[in-house]
Amino acid sequence: MDSRYEVVIGLEVHVQLTTKSKIFCGCSTAFGQTPNSQTCPVCLGLPGALPVLNRQVVEDAVKTGLATNCRIAPRSIFARKNYFYPDLPKGYQISQFELPICEHGWLEIETEEHGQKKVGITRIHMEEDAGKLLHSDGNSSSVDLNRACTPLLEVVSEPDMRSADEAIAYLKQLHPIVVYLGVCDGNLEEGSFRCDANVSVRPWGQQELGTRAEVKNLNSFRFIKQAIEYEVERQIEVIDDGGKVVQETRLFDADSGVTRSMRGKEEAHVYRYFPDPDLVPLVVSDAWVERVRGTLPELPAAKQQRYQGELGLAAYDAGVISAERPVAEYFEALVALHNHPKTCANWVMGELLRALNENGIGIADCPVTPKLLAEVLQRIEDNTISGKIAKTVFGEIWQTGKTADQVIAEKGLKQVTDTGAIEGIVAEVIAANPGQVAEYQAGKEKLMGFFVGQVMKASKGKANPGMVNQLLKKKLSE
Amino acid sequence: MKLNSSSIHQLRQKLAAGELTSVALTRACLERIAATNGKVNSFITVCEKEALAAAEVADRRIAAGDAAPLTGIPLAVKDIFNTLDVRTTCGSKILDNYISPYDATVIAKLREQGAVIVGKLNMDEFAMGSSSENSAAGPVLNPWDLQRVPGGSSGGSAAAVAAGQVPATLGTDTGGSIRQPASHCGVVGLKPTYGRVSRFGVIAYASSLDQVGPLAGNVEDCALLLGAVAGYDPADSTSVDTPVPDYLASLKEGVKGKKIGLPKEYFIEGLDPDVKKAVAATIATYQQLGAEVIEVSLPHTDYAVACYYLIATAEASSNLARYDGVRFGVRKDAGEGLIDMYRQTRAAGFGDEVKRRIMLGTYALSSGYYDAYYLKAQKVRTLIREDFFAAFEQVDLLLTPVAPTPAFKIGEKVNDPLQMYLSDIFTIPVNLAGTCGISLPCGMSHEGLPIGLQLLGKPFAEAEILQAAWAFENATDWGGKFPEL
Repeated sequence: MDSRYEVVIGLEVHVQLTTKSKIFCGCSTAFGQTPNSQTCPVCLGLPGALPVLNRQVVEDAVKTGLATNCRIAPRSIFARKNYFYPDLPKGYQISQFELPICEHGWLEIETEEHGQKKVGITRIHMEEDAGKLLHSDGNSSSVDLNRACTPLLEVVSEPDMRSADEAIAYLKQLHPIVVYLGVCDGNLEEGSFRCDANVSVRPWGQQELGTRAEVKNLNSFRFIKQAIEYEVERQIEVIDDGGKVVQETRLFDADSGVTRSMRGKEEAHVYRYFPDPDLVPLVVSDAWVERVRGTLPELPAAKQQRYQGELGLAAYDAGVISAERPVAEYFEALVALHNHPKTCANWVMGELLRALNENGIGIADCPVTPKLLAEVLQRIEDNTISGKIAKTVFGEIWQTGKTADQVIAEKGLKQVTDTGAIEGIVAEVIAANPGQVAEYQAGKEKLMGFFVGQVMKASKGKANPGMVNQLLKKKLSE
Repeated sequence: MKLNSSSIHQLRQKLAAGELTSVALTRACLERIAATNGKVNSFITVCEKEALAAAEVADRRIAAGDAAPLTGIPLAVKDIFNTLDVRTTCGSKILDNYISPYDATVIAKLREQGAVIVGKLNMDEFAMGSSSENSAAGPVLNPWDLQRVPGGSSGGSAAAVAAGQVPATLGTDTGGSIRQPASHCGVVGLKPTYGRVSRFGVIAYASSLDQVGPLAGNVEDCALLLGAVAGYDPADSTSVDTPVPDYLASLKEGVKGKKIGLPKEYFIEGLDPDVKKAVAATIATYQQLGAEVIEVSLPHTDYAVACYYLIATAEASSNLARYDGVRFGVRKDAGEGLIDMYRQTRAAGFGDEVKRRIMLGTYALSSGYYDAYYLKAQKVRTLIREDFFAAFEQVDLLLTPVAPTPAFKIGEKVNDPLQMYLSDIFTIPVNLAGTCGISLPCGMSHEGLPIGLQLLGKPFAEAEILQAAWAFENATDWGGKFPEL
């Protein structure tokens, strides 16, 4: 980063809600259906059709507002944003303008330079999505209005971020929140969580903001970082070359990693916002807000703190486990059955996530339930099996769905803790390796690992490793 | 029987008694339309086949003893209402080929009742006009004088009743579009309180002002039709969930002891002498009927027309954006790209008055002008509404002329939009206030043209203005007149 300039970033995130029906009509919001099969006079914008607000959308907006420390407006207004485009059936988008449902929120991020930092949330408002244009070869395009009128929340941040990393840190706070709340599936690639970045630079110490460019088409965290970094460099170059940054919308091209001008200010739309006369002012009572507050789940930041404080997990582990609600819920269910949080955390982050990744499935579809895994951990705890054998047991449970005890019994994996039996194997190993014994006794203590390995191998892994160590030391020093 | 002077009330009795079938009655209406539509041009679409089928169903329903108040009664509706399977043009070229896939809520209600919809009525394009001259289907002519306009925008709805084509119709009223044509055609027309009747499926002109209402040959039929279409509709967020009273049951309660206000701002210089005289005469009638008449003031009346033409056009500029040639309606495309297709479609599809209002409204909403025009107009609207509420603390009803003059000549004001706009000067304020009003015949000009009386009521006081209107109609001979055609 160029040390002469300060980078200023504000983000606008479009959160597509997971409501069953659209924001202003009863049509389904299901993804990937036959084009225009999920439409009605309202979302087609036919003459005479009128919008009716979906109550669930308001609930989701209130939830998101509360989770991001916003003030919930007791009265908010829907407004029309007027512009012509074939994917916009009515010639206007119903959105909120002057009086949005949520305002004055913030999220806390961790930054390398400044530690904890608050990023302001200017507003969150509800709006309808547009349809999709399908461009075919030749001269014509088709319009699919299945997505038209599906509900979105637009979360607008203050220009409080000072680097691409801070922008990503903010998004990584916001993203799990909306997923945790169950208001959004969080899928960046499918566009369920879309981010536009307003990027500008200014000389250090300058009060007023530099001219900004709005960068769109950012459908992964990696692209967002890449696009912001590219855009910062581009703007500095423009200024260094004696030019002026133009206020414009730029599209990020993921293939080439650059941003390209989409439309300049001259062509910028004049949206002629005005209150939508088809919708009455939305009144959200205190009682409603409090009822919604009562349904809020524990959010990732709170969970992380609790995992560190109450359960004694390391910060990193607490962060990984709390990042996704299903993982956190799995972990909590596991701890409830096996009250050794650190062991549980190690297993969830280790074996479990590895197996899920390898098999490409989500934790919701995991064949090893918290109960099944808890039994495995219990058998380690009571010395029935070693940690190493436990991984074999886990793999077997994953395949067969059997319990730990079944697997241990069927496969004969019970750990050998009988001193006599282990002593026998130790004696055999010592007898079979006189050379190494002599070296060990001459001071080459590193060979202890070799002896342990030999004993474990001879016991097919079932000998209790602690006892093996102890007995070997004793025998070798005799 | 003499159909063109029969009330719904009389027709119901004959249908119930088996003296008349709905099929015969519908045929008679269709014949009357065929005989007179060439003169008045009140219908854009006549749906003979559908109407006769509905009449047959109605006859079976009557025979089965399952008749609702409107079962078997032929009606017609302004072409602004979406009707399944019959084209809905809204008086515009841009919807020339448009067939709606759904019924407006009020149409569905009429069908449920077993009413027979015989056709779609001519109107000013997108309900923008005061003369019904701005129609792609050509102007509607006043049955009382074919050289004159019937008023607008629901000119077809008023003319069809006056011409005896159907006993009653539905129209819409955004700034007087039911009451002013009712006045010019000598029929009764009621604009309900905003939110009283569902707007779902009614093609929007100015959403915060549009309201559906009945037109009929007499007050009782108006009350009957209002009762049939009024009520909360979950599909219209602006409809109000308040019970619909039985308008017929309370119709004859009279006006004894009521206080009627005469807003002094409505009795202005320039009011046509015949209108002035006729309306003045109604005061004596109401006094004789036991009402007290006092002068009141609605001080912001002067600003109503300007306020209306900012708010209505602003909303219209947005409401009419959907006519873009993309999904329905007539498309003009020379293959020069999207923007060109939009331009050509809208240039060819909209008439001059519609274009004028879209431009006015677009301007009023543009950044830099929004505060000075749209926002200011909203503030004025609040003042006008407060005028009415203050007046209604003093009186039960307001009595005013409907229009400054009787029906004017075809073409007389076409080239002078401002004069045309001023013909709604007495009807516009109540749309801005959102309350209800009725227009009923109260006299004849020296040229033999009907003159209307307007009664304005408190929010949701339709029953009260109907009572006052019925009392007047019964005390005088001005109602129930039909011109020779």
